[in-house]
Amino acid sequence: MTDFAIELAGISKRFGAVQANRDVSMHIAKGSIHGIIGENGAGKSTLMSILYGYYQADSGSIRVNGREVRIRNSQEAIRLGIGMVHQHFMLVDTFTVLENIVLGAEGGLLLKQGMEQARAHLLQLNRDYSLEVDPDALVGELGVGLQQRVEILKALYRGADVLILDEPTAVLTPQEADHLFCILRALREQGKTVILITHKLREVMDITDAVSVMRAGTVVGNVRTADVDKEKLADLMVGRKVSLKVDKAERTPGAAVLEVRGLSLTDARGVKLLDGLDFQVRAGEIVGIAGVSGNGQSELLEVLAGMVEPTSGEIRYHGKDLLQEKSSQPRAALYRQKGIAHVPEDRSREGLVKSFPMFENAILGYHNDKTISRRGLFSRQALLARTRDFIRQFDIRPDNAQLRVGLLSGGNQQKVVLAREIHANPDLLLIGQPTRGVDIGAIEFIHRRLVELRDAGKAILLVSVELEEILALSDRILVMAGGQISGEVAAREADTVSLGLLMGGHKQ
Amino acid sequence: MKFGQPSTLPRWAQLSVLPVLNLLAALLVTGFVTWLIGEDPWECLQLLVSGAFGSGEGIGYTLFYTTGFIFTGLAVATAFHAGLFNIGGEGQAYLAGLGVTLVVLAFDHTLPPLVLVPLCILAAMGFGAAWAFIPGWLQAKRGSHIVVTTIMFNFIAYSLMLYLIGHHLIEAGSQNPTTREFGHNAWIPALHQLAAGVGIELPNTPLNLTFIMALLACVLFYLLVWHSRWGFQLRTVGVNESAARYAGINVSKTIMLAMCISGALSGFAAINELLGSTHRMNVSFTNGVGFVGIAVALMGRNHPVGIILSALLFGGLTQGGLELSFEKPVITREMIIFIQGLIILFCGALENLFEPFIAGLFKRKEDK
Ligand SMILES: Nc1ncnc2c1ncn2[C@@H]1O[C@H](COP(=O)(O)OP(=O)(O)OP(=O)(O)O)[C@@H](O)[C@H]1O
Ligand SMILES: [Mg+2]
Repeated sequence: MTDFAIELAGISKRFGAVQANRDVSMHIAKGSIHGIIGENGAGKSTLMSILYGYYQADSGSIRVNGREVRIRNSQEAIRLGIGMVHQHFMLVDTFTVLENIVLGAEGGLLLKQGMEQARAHLLQLNRDYSLEVDPDALVGELGVGLQQRVEILKALYRGADVLILDEPTAVLTPQEADHLFCILRALREQGKTVILITHKLREVMDITDAVSVMRAGTVVGNVRTADVDKEKLADLMVGRKVSLKVDKAERTPGAAVLEVRGLSLTDARGVKLLDGLDFQVRAGEIVGIAGVSGNGQSELLEVLAGMVEPTSGEIRYHGKDLLQEKSSQPRAALYRQKGIAHVPEDRSREGLVKSFPMFENAILGYHNDKTISRRGLFSRQALLARTRDFIRQFDIRPDNAQLRVGLLSGGNQQKVVLAREIHANPDLLLIGQPTRGVDIGAIEFIHRRLVELRDAGKAILLVSVELEEILALSDRILVMAGGQISGEVAAREADTVSLGLLMGGHKQ
Repeated sequence: MKFGQPSTLPRWAQLSVLPVLNLLAALLVTGFVTWLIGEDPWECLQLLVSGAFGSGEGIGYTLFYTTGFIFTGLAVATAFHAGLFNIGGEGQAYLAGLGVTLVVLAFDHTLPPLVLVPLCILAAMGFGAAWAFIPGWLQAKRGSHIVVTTIMFNFIAYSLMLYLIGHHLIEAGSQNPTTREFGHNAWIPALHQLAAGVGIELPNTPLNLTFIMALLACVLFYLLVWHSRWGFQLRTVGVNESAARYAGINVSKTIMLAMCISGALSGFAAINELLGSTHRMNVSFTNGVGFVGIAVALMGRNHPVGIILSALLFGGLTQGGLELSFEKPVITREMIIFIQGLIILFCGALENLFEPFIAGLFKRKEDK
């Protein structure tokens, strides 16, 4: 008989009208990497929150190392050797790595002594799992990939034997994801147990030993990874065949909708974030921007959306330079009015107000729309009608327009933003990481919608760290490196290898 | 409850059971202190309640105080929805009083009431708004923290008024630091006078038309904050500035406007006091109304219904407390402030003290 690190039996959890988990049972073998996959809102995060003591299950039982336990809060979870890497990191930016890790586990009255011990322990962990984190670096100055490793360190430092990671790769570049997987493998070798939630089937196939598939709050399959393939998993997850390829007919693009000339952006320290960009996006084409993240893609989107003022250059939209336009309203509002929609890369920080209900988020940025106001006041009816429309079209769950957006699952939040921006029927759609955190069924749907928009003669500028997504959707691909465009390839001729070279900064 | 964990209590219980329990806890501690200084807590409570609500007169005074508190409560709440903590209601009301006084002293013998009073209201709003605008501008454009600047502006307002009243506005030949009495044209009619006009007899209290304005302001506030475009922008800026920028909302303009509205609302407290009751200005006419507004907004959770209820509580406390200190000389004004402090402590800072306990009760009931 295998030893189980975690056994969940008959776990149920209800939030109001939503049954987030229904009679969930799962056995997680010691020293294994166990994947959990499932559609957006299937209840994966909820289940892990229960295991980590953040929520209490309505019924069911949890066994840790064969012993039945009640986990009332996260301190108890930590004591039982369960650690969690949250999707939104819980770190103090102005502290060093070491200080962050010691925080809350200072050990002893005198800080200094505890710190010295902690440092030794930390360096040991660092070596054991090749985490490559500098204990004295300021957390705020680290990239997401490293911050995530600090979170892992923190959990290990507190003695975690079971490590839960909720969509860890959603925010990582492919290279960072690879490094993460090396770390996870090292953890497994040392006998630790890893629970990994992800939407990327490739990752599941690569690294997990077993997979649980969830749908609508229940477990619909527990399988050994060796016994299945991607298609089988997709099938289990969505309950139908999913096409991972995008059908897209050849199309001759029309006139340029967006034309950028010599666009540059220099930050306060004099670093060139954008360095003389020249490119076009024409009506009826999708231009993909590939690149290792942090090479100016985010800044480019923000400049084009009017959120950041460029240092020099021209942004011609339908032939007229937007930067010359005078307006009393902020640029972002002006551009949007002119038909430029923007799906921001960071949905939870920019694209949504989490404490607002869905129907208010449905109009964020479009709140000046004449059709939703009467005599200066919003028409609640119109807002709700619009939101219900979004819910129906994008299959947002649960279908409650009054629900606070922060309570939606990650993928469903993303759908709210997409629905809003696509509904605006823009001439130019700026879209960053459109399918981050979205399940494969929804990816298929979103990709179809984007192609539809393109076929309707709209111009789309797509930024994504997922090369596969760029390759599947784009008509033309621009590669960015160091704030410059290092090359352009027609999508037909592109492949991951040539793009990879360009992304590394090799000029064409 | 661990910090950050969402409450498991139903919303109605959060909004009703918890505040009542907190209030009771505050009263319990007060009772204990009362007992310590040798008074009978039960008797004092009875005196307090009957002083505030036991007679028509008491109610009239209670509602008069409530009026000012509603306005300053709304003022704090407006700023709060934009993510700003406006501590400066006191100074803003103060300056508004200056605006009112200048208008009255200049025109109270020439302009008819129907022109003069609206002019005074505009002056109060304008002066209050201007005094709030400066910290708002400093916050929006210079990043100076509004809590610090508004506190400083309270002191500046106080010194300024002390100087102006002492040297320029003081009634000729008077020993007291007050202005001359305002002409009748500048008096806002008391409700008992209006009621007498239609043959209803009400006790003689300073409760005046400003009270009706306060209730109207609550309705307007509700519509503005939750149903208007501007309120939407205000709340977006308040909870997520990045999202506001993304949405094309002019953040600094919203901040400055929010502060102006906040200051203008505080100004009405001066109207209530000067034109509705004292009919002259003295150095201490605001008497903490701006500070109580902070507590009122906090307890009322920045919602007009909550604000009306908590303003009523503090109004009752003020009036009942005065009555009580007449009856019981050991119970001084300071004691009443102490009680107010306890209520703020329990309802504001320790808001969720009883949460886990009540949540436990609810859970057990559900399980059955
Ligand atoms: N605190 C809450 N209150 C109300 N509903 C909630 C709450 N937390 C989660 N839900 C709902 O429970 C369901 C399951 O959510 P959960 O976050 O577990 O999904 P998920 O499988 O992690 O989805 P995703 O892949 O999109 O992250 C969703 O419908 C969500 O809206
Ligand atoms: Mg999730």
